[in-house]
Amino acid sequence: MSNSIEVDGKTLATDEEGYLENLADWEPGVANVMAEIDDCELTDNHWEVINFLREYYEEYQIAPAVRVLTKAIGKKLGKEYGNGKYLYELYPYGPAKQACKYAGLPKPTGCV
Amino acid sequence: MVKKADFEAPVLGDYTEVPAVTPGAMQHSQPYVAKPAHNEALGYPGELVDNWQEVAVNKLGELVKGSRALRVYLDSCVKCGACTDKCHYFLGTGDPNNMPVARQDLLRSVYRRHYTVAGKYLPKLVGAKDLDEEMLDNWYKYFHQCSQCRRCSVYCPYGIDTAEVSMAAREIMDTIGKGQKYCNEIIGKVHKLGNNLGLPEPALADTLEGLEEDVEEEINVAVKFPLDVKGAEVLLVTPSADFFAEPHIDGLIGYAKVFHQAGISWTLSSHASEAANFGLFIGSVDNMQKVAMRIREAALELGVKRIVFGECGHAWRVGYSFLNTLAGPFDFLDSNYPVPQHIVEVTHDLIEQGRLKMDASANDDKRVTFHDSCNVARASRMGAKSGGQFSLPRDVIKASCNHFFDMPADTIGEATFCCGGGGGLLTDDLVELRVKGAKPRMQALKDVHEQHRITHMAAICAICKSQFSKVLPYYGFEMDQIISVHQLVGDALVFNSDS
Repeated sequence: MSNSIEVDGKTLATDEEGYLENLADWEPGVANVMAEIDDCELTDNHWEVINFLREYYEEYQIAPAVRVLTKAIGKKLGKEYGNGKYLYELYPYGPAKQACKYAGLPKPTGCV
Repeated sequence: MVKKADFEAPVLGDYTEVPAVTPGAMQHSQPYVAKPAHNEALGYPGELVDNWQEVAVNKLGELVKGSRALRVYLDSCVKCGACTDKCHYFLGTGDPNNMPVARQDLLRSVYRRHYTVAGKYLPKLVGAKDLDEEMLDNWYKYFHQCSQCRRCSVYCPYGIDTAEVSMAAREIMDTIGKGQKYCNEIIGKVHKLGNNLGLPEPALADTLEGLEEDVEEEINVAVKFPLDVKGAEVLLVTPSADFFAEPHIDGLIGYAKVFHQAGISWTLSSHASEAANFGLFIGSVDNMQKVAMRIREAALELGVKRIVFGECGHAWRVGYSFLNTLAGPFDFLDSNYPVPQHIVEVTHDLIEQGRLKMDASANDDKRVTFHDSCNVARASRMGAKSGGQFSLPRDVIKASCNHFFDMPADTIGEATFCCGGGGGLLTDDLVELRVKGAKPRMQALKDVHEQHRITHMAAICAICKSQFSKVLPYYGFEMDQIISVHQLVGDALVFNSDS
């Protein structure tokens, strides 16, 4: 019972919830395919979030706290965008989880 | 707009009615099974072992032999029915297997078959059953529809504790290699990295640094969030969700402001960067002990005098009831303070001593109620007086805001309803169960909302906070109506900005 997604003719393994099994498999097409599955269209602002998550993960091996993410997005896009409500508009399944998934990061675990 | 899943959320009526029984209503609900690596990291077989029936029955025998309480719980039920309408999962789903007595019977029937004389020879007469595949399947499903909140045990005339029964069942399943992914993956992360999130030390340090900047920017006071500071008086052990999630992080800011204003030196630890102890949820003393030992090790390493727990429900159960047994003795700590102490006790003491300067009108934009978290309410205590776990948080809230109203009496205190996500069920694969299980609490919230125009519900548990953030929108509320008690405290504290 293995799960996977098709990206540019390649079959990439995911877990039961659709998160990539191997971080190294990620390419921008992964986010597009996952967004399509969720019926979501990725705008530049979505990509700002994905890119920040990937940068942060590369440095710290973990997704940033929601607060760290909102602050960073506020800095990049303007203060009116640096809040949880805006991030939920972008990622209605929850910015921490849905955006992490698109960015190829593992799902945040614990009491979150 | 928060996206919702594909099932029908219950509709709230005028009061919580006992639903019609719907057999099999939640037969489809089960969490993801742990992968071999998750199980092995905890000392369990990776996959279901070949002779699982034999191993499971032997483990059950071992458990009842080792715990007289469990044996009494399995022996003494008289099927009086007092528990049947007390479980939030039954009230939310109508599935009769979510009546506590039926849930217990899943284990009890196998116990009778193998460990009672009548069950060995006349199984049909006494409801004794074999552990076959169907039974194991039902164990996995319905022991993961129990949040171990112990509400049913309050109403049971024999005091039968379904939480203990469900913990035993989960431990047996782990022993045969059928663990639950959510709990076991998380416990593995604590063993490896020190917290449920898998947050490494540099990321924690970065997050805390960011918080110092934010708070200073906001109130113009250099409130510190110290990490691994040797010689601090207090080691604060808090759920890692406090470093990551909303509204948890506002609670963490509140703790820091309290320590700052009271002039208490404190530190977090990157080694014990987690209060939660999911070893409890899977009934594993070994894992619970291993997790708890990190706290002892950190306290010794940092040379602290006190251990304080942040807002985490089941952690407080483990801390208050078991920490000394699991990781004691703590004779190296200051005996003038309880070991461990709850952050609410710390704040309460400071308020009583007049050491905090508070202005409750800072929260005048809020009308607040309090959700008693199950493990704090029914499995621990606070302060020196009986019932302190109920009065202390309320005292602290009332000192922090002017508009406080309780939910109906049969839904708070000892009779509190679980948030619907406790006991290792706070996972996306159980969202339907979580939403439906929250129904009784949502009903009570609706009542105070209508009567007293309540805007916010405060809690002292990371699971409750995450669970409510997720389920509130299903019932027509906003996700940010759940807040941390110490967010209220933090916002009410008055600082002289030049201090």
